[in-house]
Amino acid sequence: MNSGIDDTNQTINIEIDLILDAIFQKYGYDFRNYSRAHVKRRLLHRLSSSHFKSISQMQHEVLHDPMFFQEILKDLSINVTEMFRDPKFYLALRQEVIPLLKTYPFIKVWHAGCSTGEEVYSFAIVLKEEGLYDRVQIYATDFNRNVLETAKKGIYPINRIKEFTANYQQAGGKQSFSDYYMADYNSVIFDQSLKKNIVFAEHNLVTDSVFAEVNIIICRNVLIYFNRDLQNKVFSLFTESLINGGFLCLGSKETIQFSNNAPQYDILNPHEKLYKKRIV
Amino acid sequence: MTYKAIVIGASTGGFYALKRLITALPDGLDFPILVVQHISPNSDNFMAKYLNGISKLTVKEADEKEPILPGNVYIAPPNYHMLVEEDFTIGLSTEEKIRYARPSIDVLFESAVFAYGAQLIGIVLTGANNDGAHGLSAIKKAGGLTIAQLPSEAEADMMPQSAIDLAKPHHILPIDGIAKLLTELNTNQKK
Repeated sequence: MNSGIDDTNQTINIEIDLILDAIFQKYGYDFRNYSRAHVKRRLLHRLSSSHFKSISQMQHEVLHDPMFFQEILKDLSINVTEMFRDPKFYLALRQEVIPLLKTYPFIKVWHAGCSTGEEVYSFAIVLKEEGLYDRVQIYATDFNRNVLETAKKGIYPINRIKEFTANYQQAGGKQSFSDYYMADYNSVIFDQSLKKNIVFAEHNLVTDSVFAEVNIIICRNVLIYFNRDLQNKVFSLFTESLINGGFLCLGSKETIQFSNNAPQYDILNPHEKLYKKRIV
Repeated sequence: MTYKAIVIGASTGGFYALKRLITALPDGLDFPILVVQHISPNSDNFMAKYLNGISKLTVKEADEKEPILPGNVYIAPPNYHMLVEEDFTIGLSTEEKIRYARPSIDVLFESAVFAYGAQLIGIVLTGANNDGAHGLSAIKKAGGLTIAQLPSEAEADMMPQSAIDLAKPHHILPIDGIAKLLTELNTNQKK
């Protein structure tokens, strides 16, 4: 029995290497340095809900049917997020980073891997309440065109508003959260003026280079899906993109500590993973 | 059979059950223990700190990419799924909740099966849902050792009972019995 599972597992691992290679060669999306347990889980989940017998069969379909590839792309990108996810992070941002940002005449913000945009609008609300919105340029990027379309619309299911509102309040929100959206039957649409200074654009952290020179980068719960080599590469990209004294904000379980770039940063808040690039 | 790791899932009443189980285990344990306890998304790492203070093992909230070492207990962080990578490091994910849970017991158990194959021990403790049943079933299918807490002893019996119904585990035991079994396995393994 033991050798049975090990043999099956070995075959699955070969199939995963092959399908990731096929996706990269055909479509240019590179998942080869993604965290393997995650990729495997997502592909096996797709397999179990399909009529295919193996990942190899899915590979054939991926190569010959771009529509099917779009489905796989959706599986491999995690787009589960919420407004003011980890309220304490936004509170720390407001209390510890915003006062420093206020010293600049103009501020560029980069949300890297912005997914469906919930965190972009969250930070836009913070910037507005702190009187900074009129002097920011916000870049919100993701490699997945479909999630960017959702992000651009700023429309979310109404059943999530209760959770978003609770988060907003815990994050130090200064107004009534309902000031920022209009409710429809099943959805809410966020205040369109929040979008005024946001540019949504396609950018792939794995394969693309420096995007712009910015004051602050917010990239949360993206790097956990990358292996150490890829994390290092992305940290270098971030370091090149940040001005001296710029801020890097990561997810609560992510750290720059093990990266080659660590010496270039001071830790501003170890719990909320706020880092400040050193002035050299 | 030598075992390489233990995975444990717990929900309602799990804090007390884990406290009893983990404090009953000896130091120098030959395997790592990976724990999913269902917990509020915004809670801090109190449980890991508390258990670390009162047990002989090192108990910590798991960090991403952390190497999984024998004698350590890794608790899944709130609002993240915890997975085992096949190079025996921790993987974390924010993908959607599975059966209303993040962290999900099934996600941990199923990934651990790929990493450890038959050399895995799976334990489902108290809880008021059915997370862990599929995962325990997967461990059994792969040839691993499966254990459920005795439902009549559990603070909430639904989770161990669901696991028993689906996986037909090798052992159905009270916490004391589970601790004794693990201690024996550890002693035999060291011989």
